[in-house]
Amino acid sequence: MTDDTASAPLSPLRARLRSWAHSDVLYSFRRSPTIVVSALVLAVILMGALLAPLVSPQNPFDPASLNLMDGKTPPMTPNQFTGESFLLGTDDQGRDVLSVILYGSRISLLVGFASVLLSAVMGVLLGLIAGYRGGQIDNLIMRVADVQLTFPSILVALMIFGVVKGFLPPQAHENAALPVLIFSIGLSAWPQYARTVRGVTMVERNKEYVQAARVIGLRPMIIMTRHVLPNVLGPVLVIATLGLALAIISEATLSFLGVGVPPTNPSLGTLIRIGQEYIASGEWWILFFPALTLLALSLSVNLIGDWLRDALNPKLR
Amino acid sequence: MSAALKVPSAPQLRVRDLRVEFPTRRGLLTAVDGVSFDVAPGEVLGLVGESGAGKSLTGAALIRLLEPPGRIAGGEIELGGQRIDTLPAEEFRHLRGGRIAMVFQDPLTSLNPLFTIGDQIVETIRIHLDLSPENARKRAVALLEEVGIPAPAERLDAYPHEFSGGMRQRVVIALALAADPAIVIADEPTTALDVSVQAQVIAVLKRLCRERGTSVILITHDMGVIAETADRVAVMYAGRIVEIGPVREVIEAPQHPYTRGLMGAIPSLEGSATRLEQIPGAMPRLDSIPAGCAFNPRCAFATERCVRERPAPMPSGNALVSCFLVADGTLKPHAKAKADSGVHAADVGPAAGASAPLVAVENLTKVFNVSRPWLYRVLQGEKQRFLTAVDGVSFAIPRGHTFALVGESGSGKSTVAKTIVGLVRPTAGRIMFDGTDISSDEAKGADAAIRQRLTMIFQDPYASLNPRMMAAAIVAEPLRAFQPDLSRAEVDDAVAELLGHVRLSPKDGVKFPHEFSGGQRQRIAIARALASKPEFIVCDEPTSALDVSVQAQILNLMRDLQDELGLTYLLISHNLAVVRHMANEIGVLYLGRLVEVAPAHELFSAPRHPYTRMLLAAVPSMDMTDRAAPAVQGEIPNPINPPSGCTFHPRCPLADDRCKRERPPARQLGASQVACFKAEDAVP
Amino acid sequence: MLAFIVQRLLQAVLVMLGVALVAFSMFRFVGDPVNNMMGQEATIQERREAAERLGLNKPVPVQFALFVKDTASGNFGVSYRQGRKVSTLLIERLPATLELAAISAILALAFGIGLGVYTAINRFGLGARLIMAGSLIGVSLPTFLIGIGLIYLFAVELRWLPSFGRGQVVKIGWWSTGLLTESGRKSLILPAITLGLFQMTLIMRLVRSEMLEVLRTDYIKFARARGVSDRMINFSHALKNTLVPVITITGLQLGSIIAFAIITETVFQWPGVGLLFIDAVQFVDIPVMSTYLLLVALVFVTINLAVDLLYYAVDPRLRVDRAAAAH
Repeated sequence: MTDDTASAPLSPLRARLRSWAHSDVLYSFRRSPTIVVSALVLAVILMGALLAPLVSPQNPFDPASLNLMDGKTPPMTPNQFTGESFLLGTDDQGRDVLSVILYGSRISLLVGFASVLLSAVMGVLLGLIAGYRGGQIDNLIMRVADVQLTFPSILVALMIFGVVKGFLPPQAHENAALPVLIFSIGLSAWPQYARTVRGVTMVERNKEYVQAARVIGLRPMIIMTRHVLPNVLGPVLVIATLGLALAIISEATLSFLGVGVPPTNPSLGTLIRIGQEYIASGEWWILFFPALTLLALSLSVNLIGDWLRDALNPKLR
Repeated sequence: MSAALKVPSAPQLRVRDLRVEFPTRRGLLTAVDGVSFDVAPGEVLGLVGESGAGKSLTGAALIRLLEPPGRIAGGEIELGGQRIDTLPAEEFRHLRGGRIAMVFQDPLTSLNPLFTIGDQIVETIRIHLDLSPENARKRAVALLEEVGIPAPAERLDAYPHEFSGGMRQRVVIALALAADPAIVIADEPTTALDVSVQAQVIAVLKRLCRERGTSVILITHDMGVIAETADRVAVMYAGRIVEIGPVREVIEAPQHPYTRGLMGAIPSLEGSATRLEQIPGAMPRLDSIPAGCAFNPRCAFATERCVRERPAPMPSGNALVSCFLVADGTLKPHAKAKADSGVHAADVGPAAGASAPLVAVENLTKVFNVSRPWLYRVLQGEKQRFLTAVDGVSFAIPRGHTFALVGESGSGKSTVAKTIVGLVRPTAGRIMFDGTDISSDEAKGADAAIRQRLTMIFQDPYASLNPRMMAAAIVAEPLRAFQPDLSRAEVDDAVAELLGHVRLSPKDGVKFPHEFSGGQRQRIAIARALASKPEFIVCDEPTSALDVSVQAQILNLMRDLQDELGLTYLLISHNLAVVRHMANEIGVLYLGRLVEVAPAHELFSAPRHPYTRMLLAAVPSMDMTDRAAPAVQGEIPNPINPPSGCTFHPRCPLADDRCKRERPPARQLGASQVACFKAEDAVP
Repeated sequence: MLAFIVQRLLQAVLVMLGVALVAFSMFRFVGDPVNNMMGQEATIQERREAAERLGLNKPVPVQFALFVKDTASGNFGVSYRQGRKVSTLLIERLPATLELAAISAILALAFGIGLGVYTAINRFGLGARLIMAGSLIGVSLPTFLIGIGLIYLFAVELRWLPSFGRGQVVKIGWWSTGLLTESGRKSLILPAITLGLFQMTLIMRLVRSEMLEVLRTDYIKFARARGVSDRMINFSHALKNTLVPVITITGLQLGSIIAFAIITETVFQWPGVGLLFIDAVQFVDIPVMSTYLLLVALVFVTINLAVDLLYYAVDPRLRVDRAAAAH
């Protein structure tokens, strides 16, 4: 507050930017090499997934581009029949592992982001209502959240998956797989958000600046959106980041368990499931590279989430 | 060196050039910078200063409990002639609690909740003294007895949560004295307590240390506590001691310009000038301590030398003062103008009581249901529990006046405030604003017009501003709510004018709350309150979170605004001196009931209710006339189970059977209204 | 004390009823129960009889009451897929899962609390930093990858331990145990580590953060000011206060071990209820699914009850609330 006492008043936008540029969050980001690397890794995987149709050597969903003779080619070595060479090798059906990883990451990230969005929107809304209104509504929402939290999200997702599958006609299963997956994972995670948002809301609601807004006579909706919501976003961002890693892992796990996306539409989990069958026979690359990608993805997201939690928590500063 | 630094006998504690540093991303911060003092055996040295002065860090450094990354970067500490700052950690640990003890501010968090107090005392005793468990226990009982815990043998096996705040602080003192230390460092030991309890705790600490010849370093922001307790006082500013000397001289004839300003800024119970003296600005932050004398930007007398060169402590009279102007005789000791006991400024308010009151609170009652879940009650055979926070309170405030409500915790004063502005719905009673009932259900619908005319200022300027909104947006919020058709430019102009009203510049509007000091934040909160052009402002402890010099600025501002805009205030406070300075009339609350309402001068010169008298006696006074130990007894009972009849009777020296049975009605006695059967018997 | 227990018991019953409602809804409304049981070829007469037998003609609340009654008496219906009673299937499979879960829980608790305390006390030490970094990898690694990795290393490469199954089991009454044979014990090692590792990292991180929180409190600072040694502060004052919140969350974590066993059992082809369940999900075998849900809920509710009692024993503030109210 000493640097610009002489300068002309700043525009509100510039003031906000300046406040962000001077913030502890940005400072601690630049100071932490691990986080910078994590962000880079995440960026590379994101780009690869987004641009998969452009950068991948092969379209693994197009049966015409596959050659069964290419099957189980080791990385960087020419195939004994076709003489073709693949950077990361091929799987049992001759699909290029690199291409499958790129396309598979698309599915992992799509499921991850979509389900996090679903659970965040749901959790934030319910949490805000529960925290601000209190009373019976609060009780009802939080009891349901408590009971659901009791069950691990993977179990809840499996249950929802099973139930939805029971409702759908068998021929629709294939097409509905992805939405069902997003819905199952998304629905299983909302209580986390709701609980945190409720807690923060209850604290903020009793803060004097909210009381000041009530004295002016602002309506609850305006108080919630203008005063409470911005303060809730920090913790929500942290949960969402950690939740993204969890959702990606959940998707991989469900696919690994054989209840996720169908094998013709491979995600990282499916690939690992296929690869597991070949570890005893020496074709390690089918398992190794997808597993490594999955680990890099979830680890970097987890690291960023962990760091965000500390950076946004004033108590630890 | 002079008598102020060196003490006649060999010092118990000798501190020289103590430096405490904090490495941070903004560079190395020096929080304590070249602090030197001695403490004689049995002496009480007060360490006083505003927040950020480094007084608590000095205390923590002495006992080597600085929070990392804070560290002692230089200096010497000697205890009983032995250098202790160089001792290895394990050896130093035996000094802690053994020869140097510490008492912290908050008794509610100082004790481990999962261990009985007996466990904790016996543990401490046996660490430092070679006693068997049985003998340690005996000693523990004796200690509890000494600090005034009733039935100490039984209470030894109680857990901390079974004690009240005042009793817990007594336990903490017993713990500190468990191994007969040579020196006790008490860091704001009474700040978290109510006035009436504070007096008792200070008395216990003072008596025990005197009996044992224990030295005390009393760290506090409260000059009154220092005046009543300390032998000598060191005044700290920005990590340095600016003045150290015998307490009477420092208070009555302060020498350093900062000390002078500080003393002038403290409102006193004895009545005072219209305006408090105020020091401009605020204490510098640690990353921007000015060169030379740290006080020079705020000092009216500063010369070029003060900006260039840092003054060392120089003897002046019996004190040591770090000021060139004092040293070269430019500034003479400044005898504080004796309070003129004449008419108090606030007593001559504008048009006193001429018209109908602007605000009238009639028989206001608020009951909260604090029952446990129904299942619990059914199984335990418990009844529903109700907390009567406000119990039949009535008062009226004439236009342009300041009415103050004073009371300790649990008195219901904040609930009254919140009920008036509509944050809490009253259970019974009415609130009339300019002839309209604003508490009824019918008033709810059409109240925007009335709402605009009354508003509130809150206690904590750190919590009352949304940290994510810029100052201008905060101030503009009421404008937008009440006058939605204002154009953007009109709002900007109005905000600039409002910021000007509270002596801030328009360019402060684009800053966020965290960029302001506490006093500046409270100005923004006041600007927000003024935005709707109110006639009546409820001020809920507006300065209790602020330092005295900043408090003076805010109180002066509030007075000026009242004169400029003809405002009517309801002031809620626990600080009697602030109330004395600001109010025309005062109501005293005890457990939700108004026990006395009187004009300000009347209340202070002739308090009628025994509780009012006890409260006045308990306030530590800067007026150094040695009073008898205040006759304050007991603590505030749990408001869920208030005593029968007159709720004050268990603590009242005059109470008889009737007081236990009947609730005394309010009655007129001279200019005062008193709810007491015995008010006539109490000769002021 | 009595009120406390009764209150918690009632809560537990309510939770079980809630879960039973979910299970019942699945059973009643997902697909047509008659179709599911009889197949497409059944005659109308047979269908009517089946519906009668299942009570499908009665009002829904009565059906629910019957469902609760049946469930409480151990009658969970018949698996659509296997045509056998669900209770028989459960009894076959339960011992395998319970043994696995118990061993994993012990591992997770012992190492989780130990390492949590270690990393909190030596917060800036090299060992603690390495453990923390490792724990983050542990949280980021899906359980199935950990399992596969362990299989690859210890079963495929080193050939020390079996890669799937329970090994030889011994029957004691209806309980089949793998703990009494060497191959059984060897088979248990990898799955138990796989299942326990994730819980261990969670418990460890929780204990660490709670303990750091406690070490920042005033009463710890005051204990230091009293001259209490670091050892006593860490292991007596701080640990006890750390355990209060940790007990609750750890209880919840351990409750979820049974459900997490689904993944481990799939990786190791461990013949427990998890494997049964995943099969059921794939083929929408509702009676098995709903029974499994109830089983997990029961385990959770039991653990939660135990946790509440433990909490009550540790924290005096719960015990003496009467005295506090009357102070």
